[in-house]
Amino acid sequence: MSVSDVPDRVEGLLRELAPRALGAVLRRYGHFDDAEDAVQEALVAASSAWVADGLPDNPLGWLIRAATRRMTDLYRSEEARRRREDLAASWSSDQLDPATGRDDTLALFFMCCHPSLPTASAVALMLRALGGLTTREIATAFLVPETTMAQRISRAKRTIAGSGEPFALPDPAARDERLAPVLRVVYLLFNEGYASSHGAELGRADLATEAIRLGRLLDELLPDEAEVTALLALMLLTEARRVARTTDTGALVPLSEQDRNHWDRSLVAQGTALAARSLDHSPMGEYAAQAAIAALHDGAPSHEETDWRRILSLYTVLVRQTNSPVVRLNRAVAVAMVDGPEPALVLVDELAASGALAGSHRLHAVRAHLLETQGELRTAKAEYVAAAARSANTRERDYLTMKAAALDVVGFSPPSRDR
Amino acid sequence: MRYMLIQNYGGVEGDCAPMYEWTPAEVAAHVEFQQALNRQLEELGEFVDGQGLAGPDEARFVVSDGITPLVTDGPFSESKELLAGYRIVEVDTAERAVEIAALISAAPGQGGAPIRQRIEVRQVMSAPDPEV
Repeated sequence: MSVSDVPDRVEGLLRELAPRALGAVLRRYGHFDDAEDAVQEALVAASSAWVADGLPDNPLGWLIRAATRRMTDLYRSEEARRRREDLAASWSSDQLDPATGRDDTLALFFMCCHPSLPTASAVALMLRALGGLTTREIATAFLVPETTMAQRISRAKRTIAGSGEPFALPDPAARDERLAPVLRVVYLLFNEGYASSHGAELGRADLATEAIRLGRLLDELLPDEAEVTALLALMLLTEARRVARTTDTGALVPLSEQDRNHWDRSLVAQGTALAARSLDHSPMGEYAAQAAIAALHDGAPSHEETDWRRILSLYTVLVRQTNSPVVRLNRAVAVAMVDGPEPALVLVDELAASGALAGSHRLHAVRAHLLETQGELRTAKAEYVAAAARSANTRERDYLTMKAAALDVVGFSPPSRDR
Repeated sequence: MRYMLIQNYGGVEGDCAPMYEWTPAEVAAHVEFQQALNRQLEELGEFVDGQGLAGPDEARFVVSDGITPLVTDGPFSESKELLAGYRIVEVDTAERAVEIAALISAAPGQGGAPIRQRIEVRQVMSAPDPEV
């Protein structure tokens, strides 16, 4: 190990221990807000002390002691002091019970993704409490000032304190309901990192990598939850395509045009195995269906040779489960691959008439693509122009504008905005 | 979602004299309002950036054919259309961006009456959506 590896190793260890230290402090003191601050300070102290002096014999105990000192300073009560002494005695000799540590970490996931929190706050809190990142690192990743991020995090912690929720695992009865936002927050974090891989550098680990790390942790904690496994599979299968998804200059490359030699085969293999594992459970969950679709794409030799029939039946399952308009739109794309553009256009028109995707660029982009396949170039061009006008992303807009420009239509004038 | 809330020099719909004709107390109240609003947005975790621009008389227009840039100095007759300042906020919904714009628009002017400035609300381009 070279000298420059030491800080990286310390950093990795600290981030791994962060949720366990927080769980231990929280279990004894409560006060999520202060406990979380105290652990952050302990992490900062450890990152310089351990690099300078080497790892302590019991790194987790070291962190808990440092955080506890901070809590004692804060509360200055006799009781707190007494607890600190008791605890210091018990930690110095042995490790904490690993089973308790696992429960604590899991409880932290549920807490950070409390249903009363806005998603952006839950994401930030999760990165701090479970990811062990500093406020500055999180602020940099999301391109907001540090003060704003600090306020967002402390507000989130106050909201959780105000909810009166104890630090414990949710009732088994409420477990599924509470797991859903946890999965959503992890997936959202992944998408944020995956989609903006140019802007959102987070030091050594970017947000998508961080989401995968948290996904793995969650999968270790809940090995029998098929949806957790499926989410991890979905993230790995999507991450596998990352390099092929943009050109060197950052322009978007759609799935159908990606160079499949650049897909990461080891991630594909991991993701496919996990996706298969999650499909053993029935009924098939939402993430399991998405992971299965991603696995079919990743395993196909080309866009044309993809098993579109199975993808279509998976989308049919997903539509039944979610009834989401975006999923219905994606299903229409699969219909086009199996049965041609005409029936797909009927579905898209139905969706448009329902008003569910009004103002969305996706609807226009899909319709443009279908019309182009049909040879209706003039209407296709108008739809690409409409899609570009509605896109809220530069790279996507550039791609759609390019598609519109590529359709050489004589005497074309852009459509007026219908809003 | 990120929004830029833009204000120009013109677009004040309230019946309002230029700021230099206000009383110092009115000016102070206006400035204090802007600062308090920024603090509030910061506390809500919504503030990303906010800048006021130097006056339009100092502005220059630059046009170039790639060889000889043509630089026009102010003052400009269309100065009311120039950008005066902006805030960038990060919010959960488009409605919240409009709500913040409404607060900005109602900044206190003469006699404490809202100046009713027109605020342009524009979404900042974001990352593309995932494929699946």
